[in-house]
Amino acid sequence: MRTAGARTGTRESPGRLGPIWTFLFRYGPPRWTEYVLNNWSGQRLVIAIPYAWLLLFFLVPFLIVLKISFAEFSPLGRPPYEPVFQWLDEGALQIKLLVGSYVYLFNEPLYVSAWIYSVKVAFFSTIFCLALGYPMAYAIARAPPTQRNIFLMLIILPFWTSFLLRVYAWIGLLKTDGVINNVLQYFGIIDAPLAMMNTSFAVYIGIVYSYLPFMILPLYSNLEKHDLTLLEAANDLGAGPVRSFMRVTLPLSMPGVVAGSLLVFIPAVGEYVIPSLLGRTDQLMVAKLLSDEFFLNRDWPRASAVAIAMLLLLVVPIMLFQHFQNKELQAAKR
Amino acid sequence: MKTQGLFSKTMLGLGFVFLYVPILSMVFFSFNNSRLVTVWDAANSPTLKWYGRLFSDGAILSAAWLSIQVAAMTATGAVILGTLAGLVLSRFGPFKGRALLQGLTTAPLVMPEVITGLSMLLLFVSLEQLLQFMFGWQFDRGVATITIAHITFTMAYVTVVVQSRLASFDDSLEEAALDLGARPAKVFFRITVPLILPAILSGWLLAFTLSWDDLVVTQFVSGPGSNTLPMVIFSRVRLGVSPVVNALATIMVLIVALGVVLSAFLMRRQEQRRKREEQMAAAG
Repeated sequence: MRTAGARTGTRESPGRLGPIWTFLFRYGPPRWTEYVLNNWSGQRLVIAIPYAWLLLFFLVPFLIVLKISFAEFSPLGRPPYEPVFQWLDEGALQIKLLVGSYVYLFNEPLYVSAWIYSVKVAFFSTIFCLALGYPMAYAIARAPPTQRNIFLMLIILPFWTSFLLRVYAWIGLLKTDGVINNVLQYFGIIDAPLAMMNTSFAVYIGIVYSYLPFMILPLYSNLEKHDLTLLEAANDLGAGPVRSFMRVTLPLSMPGVVAGSLLVFIPAVGEYVIPSLLGRTDQLMVAKLLSDEFFLNRDWPRASAVAIAMLLLLVVPIMLFQHFQNKELQAAKR
Repeated sequence: MKTQGLFSKTMLGLGFVFLYVPILSMVFFSFNNSRLVTVWDAANSPTLKWYGRLFSDGAILSAAWLSIQVAAMTATGAVILGTLAGLVLSRFGPFKGRALLQGLTTAPLVMPEVITGLSMLLLFVSLEQLLQFMFGWQFDRGVATITIAHITFTMAYVTVVVQSRLASFDDSLEEAALDLGARPAKVFFRITVPLILPAILSGWLLAFTLSWDDLVVTQFVSGPGSNTLPMVIFSRVRLGVSPVVNALATIMVLIVALGVVLSAFLMRRQEQRRKREEQMAAAG
């Protein structure tokens, strides 16, 4: 701010918006007007607009969720919870923080198994995405430049088509009388149709399928920047292809691996659509529990507690992602 | 080196098969006459029956129109806010609260949708109560709340795109314009915006697509009667596979494919022209 202000010479003057402010605040409290005129230039306003939006519509909602997660559930109230802060008749402020919803989350077997299942599914999906995405990104990065753009376009194209419809497409493939079973039976590979719908297998397929571009793109942008002379040097020094890959390419590509993995893992933990369409009906994932608590049981405090717990679980991966994102942007600057 | 290349190329091929077989099967079976989506009725296929059904399906058509409106408003709002945020983060130097703004803009990229949806809904409920209590206003959840929620999570994508575009060239052009006496606002509209126009355009399209496609957040914040296309599709699909949805998917895939090819073509032409101009400027 300070440097920018000095550059544009708006440090003292109120900037272009001065007249508007004068008009708007002419009849306001005099101190206010003075403060605003002295301190608010056009640049401050530019900072303030996105800032205010994100504070109001992103940060404040989380504080509300946090507050409601400590409230008491009352099925007849509207909204269905008792207020946390309450002014009593004597004029005292009563604050009731109940941790009942949280205690429930970690004791109810249904919840505990949903947590474990969600993390497990997200973890293995990330591994599968990496196992498929890394070689693909590698092949694209080492392809001739003219082919590279076509390959990249082919990776991105499914991402632009509807996510919901791409998950839906798998129902047609995986069903008992679906395409895969029909083809396998036609060629006599199997006698009876395989049960693939509503299994964990279907969820893995769905998640890997939907999130694969998120794994490939950061990996590609990392692998593409590698200095190939390093590999030549390793080769000259007698390292075989496996060894030079393990010792040179893989360590260099770690930032891409981490960024891609986080981009898959974090949303996969909270995935809702894929498990509801393809997944098991006897084993829920956390996101489904949250929405059931909210829409079916109308238990807002418990749904909020699930959201807060999920956020706490993901706060370390999210911070890591932000750290890498910032480093990437810093590196692009230089 | 050879075996490594062969392995990764094979994986690339398999990966593309994996990515495209579901989409192609959807397209293929949209021309199937049978109601059973996955059994090919060779006698009466291919047919355009399901496309006819699609265009006489009032629920889908009105939901699609609503989704287009929401997505267009979302994309426009997200581009304005996201461009401002990207500009602030990459050009305004260090200021108080910059780290928080950076965090607030990147967090929605990875936030699970159920959390965003729940928190937005609880905000709107609280706002409803507050406005009712203070001014006696009443507002219903619907298009406005859906649009606000969509802008909030899509502007993060626009910010990232704009920020990385701004980071790819330094501010010497802007500095020069300022030195020549142009006002900051003029510099922004005459120098910065034309330079980042590709990023703004792709940010708009990205925000449009994300909004058009969103189910989870929309389910939370929409009100009675405001059903977007993904909500209608989801409720149909839960009941089983429907050939009408296949027809709809085919049309959407076609539009996206055309759009992507066209934009790639335009981008390449523009890039070539820019390079030529740069060379001419350097030579002259």
